[in-house]
Order: sequence, then structure tokens, then C-alpha cells
Amino acid sequence: MHDMSHVAHHAPPTSFIRKHVFSIDHKVIGKQYYGLALAAVLIGMFLSWLMRIHLGWTNFAIPGLHWLSANGAPGDVMTPEYYLQLMTMHGTIMVFFVLTTAPFAAFGNYFLPIQVGAEDMPFPHFNMMSFWVTFVAFLVMVASFFTADGPTLGGWTQYAPLSAVGAVSGPGQGMGVVLWAASIAIFCVGQLFGSLNFITTTLDMRTKGMSLWRLPLSTWGWFITSIMGLTAFAVLMPACILLILDHVAGTSFFVASNLVLNDQLQPHSGGSTLLWQHLFWFFGHPEVYIAILPAMGIVSHVLVANMRRPMLSHRVLVYSMGALAVLSYMVYGHHMFVSGMNPISSIAFSFPTLIITIPSTIIVLIWLGSLYGSRLRINTASLFALGMISMFISGGVSGFFLAQPSLDIMLHATYFVVGHFHLVMAVAAIFGIFSGTYFWFPKMYGRMMNETIGKIHFWLTFVGAYCIFMPFHYLGLAGNIRRYQAFVDDYLQPLIPVHRFITVAALATGAAQLLFLYNLIHSRFWGEPAPDNPWEATSLEWSTPTTPPPYDNFGGKLPVVYHDPYQYGIEGSTGDYVMQTSPEQIKTVGDEA
Amino acid sequence: MATTVQPPKIEERRRPNRPSTDSGNGGGRNSVPAEGNLRAVKEHAPPPASTGIWVGLAAIGMTFLALTSALVVRKGSALDWRHFTLPSILYFNTLLLLASSVTLEVARRQVAGFMGGSRGKDANPARWLYVTLAFGLMFVAGQYIAWRQLSAQGLYLATNPSSSFFYVLTAAHALHVFGGLGGLIRVIHKLKQLTLRRSTLDATSRYWHFMDVLWIYLLWLLWAKL
Repeated sequence: MHDMSHVAHHAPPTSFIRKHVFSIDHKVIGKQYYGLALAAVLIGMFLSWLMRIHLGWTNFAIPGLHWLSANGAPGDVMTPEYYLQLMTMHGTIMVFFVLTTAPFAAFGNYFLPIQVGAEDMPFPHFNMMSFWVTFVAFLVMVASFFTADGPTLGGWTQYAPLSAVGAVSGPGQGMGVVLWAASIAIFCVGQLFGSLNFITTTLDMRTKGMSLWRLPLSTWGWFITSIMGLTAFAVLMPACILLILDHVAGTSFFVASNLVLNDQLQPHSGGSTLLWQHLFWFFGHPEVYIAILPAMGIVSHVLVANMRRPMLSHRVLVYSMGALAVLSYMVYGHHMFVSGMNPISSIAFSFPTLIITIPSTIIVLIWLGSLYGSRLRINTASLFALGMISMFISGGVSGFFLAQPSLDIMLHATYFVVGHFHLVMAVAAIFGIFSGTYFWFPKMYGRMMNETIGKIHFWLTFVGAYCIFMPFHYLGLAGNIRRYQAFVDDYLQPLIPVHRFITVAALATGAAQLLFLYNLIHSRFWGEPAPDNPWEATSLEWSTPTTPPPYDNFGGKLPVVYHDPYQYGIEGSTGDYVMQTSPEQIKTVGDEA
Repeated sequence: MATTVQPPKIEERRRPNRPSTDSGNGGGRNSVPAEGNLRAVKEHAPPPASTGIWVGLAAIGMTFLALTSALVVRKGSALDWRHFTLPSILYFNTLLLLASSVTLEVARRQVAGFMGGSRGKDANPARWLYVTLAFGLMFVAGQYIAWRQLSAQGLYLATNPSSSFFYVLTAAHALHVFGGLGGLIRVIHKLKQLTLRRSTLDATSRYWHFMDVLWIYLLWLLWAKL
């Protein structure tokens, strides 16, 4: 029997409220985050459908749309302002409430403490608050749909000065922006609580024998991300508060002098519009790595278990993820190449932007090199992991173009950028979420997901995502400007069929997600019972005494770790792998020859 | 025969069957909470609170750095920055806050002595914590007086970017001080319940001293820039 150390732990709660609602159990909180992300992604996807229909068929009446907004869709036809409001909310909801919550907060909460061998996070009440604060942030954001003139239309970046002057700059720019900024500030608080727990758990709660280099790659992804979250959200929060003050208290942080909007001189003076952009993008660029790093970790973790051998270099992969995190703070200015920055600043930001492709490329090469010649077990989780790599490469390649100011000035305001960031950050992260879901669902719910439906879901989503986002690059190169609600210029007319193709692809790919929802719900209740270790994987989440894990994860005894996380392809007593908790001596296959 | 394995050199060096106490640098679980009763005050609390407080302070520091850079950029972006003299009560408030740090350190020693059992049963280790609490409340009240003095001069939040930053920075700091006051009340409560952990007390006092250092930095910033 493994050497176990006893640990005292508080008794599990018995009431429904403490068990499922205001729970301090990291596993419940992880599932709550997943549920929130699922609700948010459905809303975000629905908004994108409405936008795509409008872009393909501009005057098409979407039946029932006036129920959503009487002002925004009189006669069920979307107004230009309403299109922008939907676009803003799509971006905001997806970036904050899906791409940050699902791969980082949901899976991280559930699996980080288990993978380090802890019975819970060190500050479980902060952890509970982290979720509920985020939930309140989501409610505040959604509430803006129900204000008189709807949510803000300023884009998820909320550039000043139009975001800071109030209703004079358009519908939703009054109360809508205040709700937006309040929601994001609240969201930041929630993520700071979460990051605090993640960092402290990784540093302090590791079980005996779990040195830093014995942490699985998924834990490394969450750990590095939490450090970024701590520094990025701590900057966005005060920025949002300053924005609210410009709105409600008449300060002039972001609004310049003598600004005339709709023939009205704005009562502000001397503010700096670039200041908002600096504060926002200092958060905003790390944010895209906050979305993608956990996905990188999850995908690496899933691939290793299915390749049955470790990555070419575990350490270089971790160092590269760390390099991405550090560099992500030094490149944020590349979002501002066309904002009127000093050209020397552009060069200063362009250089690290090109440099950051090096760790990204190293990570990709490690993935590809490790996959090469491996007998990969094909299942839905590993397929989605491959899909994530594919999306990351496809979207990453266009990043080389955009990193250079001379090209970015041409492409910045076109669909090329839309295609780039959707593939490299959004879809890649979503594929990481899918991969993690199919991989860990058996541990989270004790039942297997349906593999056949899963594989169909993968292929439809994989092909669909490319059908949606590759044409965006073409549109961008053809000069199709982005953020426009309709394309009336002559030179854009030949591109309308491309837009219609994208719309059809978006509707179909979205519909394919119903398969996933069905699989998720059906498997949750009627799926085949899962064994404790269905993938024959080695890390600690697969050595819990029960599936799903008990309240304290390891049944009152913390595990002791003897090995690196990925001891595959070796002769162990259980097969071709040795669990991290197994005290047995490791022999390589080659030793016998 | 082709091996499909990374040779586990680390494992060989570390001898997997070695007793677990030194196998890798596991986290706080290596320090077993002492079950000794020392008036029910646990000497060996798990260390997460002491790590966590630094993580939290890093986030707070980052927030104030962001506001500092905003101040510098905003000041340089236009010519409308109006200088004003800081209310002199701020210097008195600074002394109060410094004094509170001193009394908190005294309290910490008292509590440590209480935990070590070196004092008589009648010792009231919470006394100096109450003094610290009182100094903290006086500091916040003093800040409020400073705000009143400024508004009496016609300097409101939106009057000028300099006054905007004054109110934002001092209010953000005061909010964090309130958090520290809450922490002190929690420590006093736990001390009375005899459930105080050393790490909770240490984390709270680190937070409180950080508020002190942060305020001195802010005072310098406001003095230099306003």
C-alpha cells in the first residue's frame, strides 16, 4: 500500500444550499464555473448567429427579434446600433465569461487541487466568493440588455472617449457602459480571489513528493495563468473604476478637451484617450494568454495520456509557457499600432511581438515532435486536442503578418484580424475546453461520454470552424472592413456571397453543438459508469479512491508522489504506465533488452 | 529495441522508495500541525496564509501601480493640471498610521508571549490590538477630515485631474485600510475564542504594515505630483 499521510479535514456539508449552492468545495465551484461558462457561451453564440444573419442578409426580419429589443429591432429588422450592441456583448461575454471562466476557473478549480494532491484550496471561502462574485458580474452584464436603450455598443475594448461621455455617444453608452464597467470591475475581483487561491495552492498545498517539476502540464498552465490573472485583472479593475467616474462623477481621465459630439460640447477637459487603451491592453493582451495557456496545458495533458509517452521536453514546454506569460505584458502595444502612437513605440512593441512567436513555435514544435511516430489513441478528447493545435497554428501564422506595423496598418481594421484572433485564441481555447470536457467528464460525473456522438461532434465542429474563420482572412485581404453592420460600398458587393457562406457555416456549426449538449446531459444521467482510471493515465486525479472524488478528494489520506507526472510507455505493474503515487521502481522497456 | 521512454534519470537519483519527508519540495503538507494545546493556539498553522498574503499584496500593489501610471500619463497629456497644497492633517494621519504599526508589533509580541504561555493568565493580549484598531479608525476619520477640508476649498472629485487623483488614490487606500480593520477585528475575535493561528496574525500584520508603506508612497506621490 502507498505511504499515505493523514490529514484532518472539515466534515462534508449536508444541507442542499451548502452542498450545491454556496459550497466551499473546489469541485463544486469548478462545476459551477463550467455551468456559468456553458450558459454564457450559449448566449454568446446566439448573439453571433443574429449578427451573422444580419451581415449576410441585411434587411432580413428575424422572427421574434423585437421581443429581444423593441428599440433595437423594430419590425424584427436589426438597427445598425443594435448590431453593434450585439457585437459588443458577444465579445465581452465570450472573452470574460467563457474563455476566462471555462478553461481556467472551471477546470482549474476542479483539477488543480487534485493534481497537486491537496484536499482543497487553502482559502475555500474566498474561492466560493470568487464564483459568486463572477456570477453577480454576469448578472450585471446581462442586465444591460434590459435597460431602456440596451447594452453598450462600444466594442469589448470600450475605447474612450466614446465610452466615457455618456448617452450622447449612442444608445447604450450611458447606463449600458456603466453596467459594463461595473460588471467587469466585479469580474476582476472574482478572478483575483481565484488567482490568489490557485497560486497559493500550487505553492503551498502540494503533497509530499510533489515537487514543481512533478506537476502535470495542465497544472502548470493554470498556475502560470493565475499569475497573469493576478497582475492583469488588478490593472483592469481600477481602469474600469476611472471609466465609471468619468461617466457618473464628471471627471476627465479619458476625455480630451473641446470634444464635440452630436453638436454638443462635452464638459470634459484634458483627458487622455490613449490612457484607457494603455490600461486596457495592459490587461487585454495578457488576457488572450489567460484564455489560451490553460488550453495549452489541458491539451498537453490529454495528448500525453493518449500518446503513451511524455512530451519531447516537459521543461522546455513549461519554460515556453512562462516566456509567453512574461512577453505578453511587453507586446500589448501592438493593439495600438493604429491608435496614433509614436512610431518608435510601435517598433518597441513590434519587436517583442515577433519574439513571442518563438515560445509559441517551440510549444507547437514540441507538440508536433512528440506526436510524430507516436501511436496516438484516437478518442474524442485527443481529437479535440489535435484540433486545438491545428487552430492554434492556423491562427498563429496570420499573427506573423499582424506583428509588423507596416502590414498591420493595412489589416488592422479588417476581417483579417477577426479571423486571426478567433482561430488562435477563441476557437483554439474552445477546442481545449472540449478536449478537457471529454477527458475529465468521467472523473467529474462518474460516467463516460458517448464516443460516437463525440467524434461526430468533433468533425462537424472542426470543419465548421474552418469554414467560418478561414474566409475571414480572405475577406480581410480583400479590404473588407470590420465592425460595419452592412456592406454597401461597391467594392464589397462581390464579397457578400462569402459572408453568406460564413453565416450558413456559423449556423450549422452552432447547431452541431446541440450534439455536445445532448451528449453532456445524456451522459451525465445515463452514460456508462466510468472506471476510476478510464484513460490509464498517471496523474493524481486518476488515483482518487472514488469516482467522482470524495469531498476531501483522497478519502482522508493525502497521496505521496514518487514520480514525474507522465510515466508512460514503461513496464509497470498495471500496464504500460506507472501512477505518480506508485512507489514501484521504474524500469524502461529498453532495460530488458 | 526502441525505447519509447524518457529515461527517468531523476527517479534513479532520487530513489523512489526513500521516506517521503524529503522526496521533492512538497508544499505545506510537510509541516504537520502540532496538536499541542498551548491554550488552543496552533503554533504550526499551515503556511498558505503567509504565502497568500504576499500574493494578495502583489495584486493590491499592482492596482496602485496602475493608478500611478495613469496619474503620470494624465498629468503629461494636457496643461490643465492644477497644483494644490495637501491638507496638513495628512501628515498627522501619517503619524497615526505609523503609530498603529508600532502598536500592532507590540500586540504581536504580546500575543506571541500569550501563545508561548510566558504571561500570567490575566494578561490581556488583545489590549494593543484594540489600540491599533483605534489608531486605524482615527486614520480613516482623519482622511475624511482631509476630504472635507479640500471640498471646503472648492476642490471636488471632478474639479481638476489633480483633485480627481487625490480622491481616487486616498479613497482606494482608505477602502483597503477598512479591509485591514476587518482583519484586526477578526484576529481579536479569534484570539478571544482561542482559535487564533500564528499565520493569521502574521498575515494580518503584514497587510497592515503594507497599508502603512503604501500610504507613505502615496503621500510622497501626491506631495510630488500634486
